[in-house]
Amino acid sequence: MKVQIDSKLCQGHGRCYDLAPDLFGEDDEGYATLTALTADGNVPEGREGDTRLAAANCPESAVLVFEEALK
Amino acid sequence: MTVDDRFTEDFRSKEPQEGLGVRSEVVTGPVSDWTTDFSHFEEEYAERAIEIWDDLRGRCPVAHTDRFGGAWLPTRYEDVQAIAYDTEHFSSRAIIVSNYRPPLDLAPVGGVPPISSDPPFHHDARKLLLPAFTKANVAKQAITTEAYCHSLIDGLAGRDVVDAATEYAMHIPMRVISDMLGFPPEDGPKFAEFVESALEGANGTPEERQESGAQLFDYLLEQIRDHIANPREDLTTYLINAELYGQKLEPQHVAGTMALLLIAGIDTTWSAIGSSLWHLAKNPEDRKRLVEDPSLRPAAVEEFLRAYAPVTMARLVKEDVVIGAAEMKKEDWVLLPFPAANRDPERFEDADKVIIDRQVNRHAAFGLGIHRCVGSHLARMELRVALEVWLDRIPEFSLVEDEPTRWSVGQIRGPRALPMRIG
Repeated sequence: MKVQIDSKLCQGHGRCYDLAPDLFGEDDEGYATLTALTADGNVPEGREGDTRLAAANCPESAVLVFEEALK
Repeated sequence: MTVDDRFTEDFRSKEPQEGLGVRSEVVTGPVSDWTTDFSHFEEEYAERAIEIWDDLRGRCPVAHTDRFGGAWLPTRYEDVQAIAYDTEHFSSRAIIVSNYRPPLDLAPVGGVPPISSDPPFHHDARKLLLPAFTKANVAKQAITTEAYCHSLIDGLAGRDVVDAATEYAMHIPMRVISDMLGFPPEDGPKFAEFVESALEGANGTPEERQESGAQLFDYLLEQIRDHIANPREDLTTYLINAELYGQKLEPQHVAGTMALLLIAGIDTTWSAIGSSLWHLAKNPEDRKRLVEDPSLRPAAVEEFLRAYAPVTMARLVKEDVVIGAAEMKKEDWVLLPFPAANRDPERFEDADKVIIDRQVNRHAAFGLGIHRCVGSHLARMELRVALEVWLDRIPEFSLVEDEPTRWSVGQIRGPRALPMRIG
């Protein structure tokens, strides 16, 4: 599974880094970032559910989840 | 070293005097028909806003009123979202519906930047505030907030019945924001007056509004001058020194942002804490679950924010536009009732039920788009800490029979009197 933050959509609500603080972080202005665990866009194995939950709770739909690996 | 003379004179005297804005007649009294004559300032709205939104959403769904010189009230998530995202057709030049539309050239800054600002200025004014309000930075205040909540509960010792709105909920955001701004904590009663006249009093005459606004800005000017004389590590000194486009901020900008942080920082969080306690007092099953299992509390906080979102914002129409079937005209007011959007069954499963362990909760309590509440992380911290401390210290509580909860009128919804049996 792959994950991205759409920085055009993210407004810094922070739901992703509230729910999965090791998969998502905040920058100096509160906008969401990927972390060491997700920096390459790959979701660590076994963390697919947490990633989906973060995406499903983003009010701006800015957490993009790709169920199939991007080709 | 040059002297900061921006605040030596009253900067307001340089502003154009009233007359340029547009006034409308103050209309009060019972609503005849919620689809064509709504008013969020009537007691009926305070009592039963949730039913009113549900009813309108099912059959209207964008209500209108001729009050306030013409205003709209959308109730579907889809419409509220579309307006929040559309800064081409909707301006934030005024964000509280009243009987006075400020002059057009108040845009793009507005009176209380950045909430009153439009792009592109908005982005730059907001950027100045964001670092102070990140989750990491507000977390530093959790310990003092928790200690303060404990001191409030200590003060209730020996009492059977307390007012959870005015003896607990209200004081928490007042203390937090006055600490951040560096205002004397004993000025709380003044803040309560400023908040009430700015929001619940918004349907007054333009003269009354101007008078109460002047009192607020007199107070802020006094605080600014004190901070210029005695700089310290707080948001007021930060704003006095802040620069935009290579220059210090306009004095109106400094004072306007301080007004925003003070007013918006207090009423909203006060409301959210009060509504959450009200829900738990009425629903002993939910209360017991949260008392026994603290791990449920974070999801419950989000559900309270969804179901009892305190904040409705407003916009002014910039260019004629159609939303749903509503033909909105330039300079019409438009309310953005995020709490109504949060209860739209098209968007939320079991929208009318409060489910404290709801897992998927894409609510819009803090707004949508570029004006996402800048204090949302602070508000969440305060709400979480306030509920934690209350539940741990007062696990048994209920509403008092025959002593009703009184809900606010206007755009910020929450209990203003909340008699609670705690003994």
